[in-house]
Amino acid sequence: MAMVQKLQHNVTIKGTKDGLVLLLDDKCSFDLLVEELNDKLTAGSSQMLNGPVISVKVKAGNRYLTAEQKEKLIEVLKQKENLNLDHIESEVITKAEAEEMRKDAQVVTVSKVVRSGQVLDIQGDLLLIGDVNPGATVMATGNIYILGSLKGIAHCGTKGNEEAIIAASVMKPSQLRIAHHINRAPDSYPELGNEMEFAYISNEEKQIRIDRISAVHRLRPKLNSLL
Amino acid sequence: MGEAIVITSGKGGVGKTTTSANLGTALALSGKKVCLVDTDIGLRNLDVLMGLENRIIYDLVDVAEERCKLKQALIKDKRFECLYLLPAAQTKDKSSITPEQVKKIVQELKQDYDYVIIDCPAGIEQGFKNAIAGADKSIVVTNPETASMRDADRIIGLLEQEDMEPPKLIVNRLRNHLAKNGDMLDVDEIVSVLSIELLGVVIDDENVIKAANKGEPVALQPDSKASIAYRNIARRILGESVPLLSLEEDKGFFGKIKTLLGMK
Repeated sequence: MAMVQKLQHNVTIKGTKDGLVLLLDDKCSFDLLVEELNDKLTAGSSQMLNGPVISVKVKAGNRYLTAEQKEKLIEVLKQKENLNLDHIESEVITKAEAEEMRKDAQVVTVSKVVRSGQVLDIQGDLLLIGDVNPGATVMATGNIYILGSLKGIAHCGTKGNEEAIIAASVMKPSQLRIAHHINRAPDSYPELGNEMEFAYISNEEKQIRIDRISAVHRLRPKLNSLL
Repeated sequence: MGEAIVITSGKGGVGKTTTSANLGTALALSGKKVCLVDTDIGLRNLDVLMGLENRIIYDLVDVAEERCKLKQALIKDKRFECLYLLPAAQTKDKSSITPEQVKKIVQELKQDYDYVIIDCPAGIEQGFKNAIAGADKSIVVTNPETASMRDADRIIGLLEQEDMEPPKLIVNRLRNHLAKNGDMLDVDEIVSVLSIELLGVVIDDENVIKAANKGEPVALQPDSKASIAYRNIARRILGESVPLLSLEEDKGFFGKIKTLLGMK
């Protein structure tokens, strides 16, 4: 009996004002966790587990969860229709994932003229010192900053980051793409407008808009690492 | 040991062959030993512009496949002792030769000649790869029009990946009055987009067409505008610093006086 009691503590359910938090022990085996979670969810007669829809966070502590293990947890939680899984978090990531995160956060500096037919695809932010000529493409998972004229195609946030921006000293692109949004250029550019500009997705219209560079701190305050 | 210069453009019809013929002629005029190599297999023209078509016995493919010696395929120019042409084959296509074969031939020619001028076919495929294989330097020819500039940009991108000096630019067939009115791209705009060194500007001159049809490169004429432009480009290749030709049309006597008096 004492043994069973002890096992029961591998999964702790906590209620907070934002919903439920499932604390999973990180020392026991995964199979044991699943079993116990299953028991607690089905056997429990608590109001929280049967009441209205409630948000659930899963905290796995220092346990690394593989994709299959996450699937398994989601499957178990799905048994209760009122439980809405917010996210599963773990203190541990693999080296590869950490490397990806580092690459996504870095600024890659490139100094060259990107010419027609060439594609420059960067993981992270791209700082290009040079022009993007018509027919050329620059891509980045993060933001794109061009010290030069942008006359070709620029695609930022290629992994779906809608917060990403494209800034260029001379903004005359043939196409702008942010995440999955695409904007074609006007058929002709006015001769004026030598001011540096940037493109972003506006919150209201969910469309690509262009504004003066001085507005960037207002529209994308998170760009600022000097807080 | 001479140097090999490939003349290329990406787009067809901008004047690669005309430029090759005229630069070769202009370099020969300054007493250099020059060999022109036509790599446009299947659509050869350089022999026609040089007026040497009916002297061809062996060609580039024959040399590559060792059906003849290199010296046997070379055709001596009618006018210059020091100018030779290695013609392309007309009956084969671009795939009948490999970049390695061209490289070997060009290396061999560089032993005997000061300049080996390689005329590149249009496009970026096999023919282009063959043409640039043995080159030390490259010249990109463009016309002052958008399509031609796009292709030039593409070609410059490809050339920059090769192990050779950065390419230089010739703007060919410029019509000055159109550029001035803004109906045509002007030279500054082209140079700023392509951002490579400008080697020269050749005015659109009907003498070029007349001369080509006669099989006599225009560079042989003493005073036509295109001829002077080509000879100046040749001097720049030789390392002289020659200022760009004034693109202004002759204003005539009264025009000059007006300029002098500051009226215009």
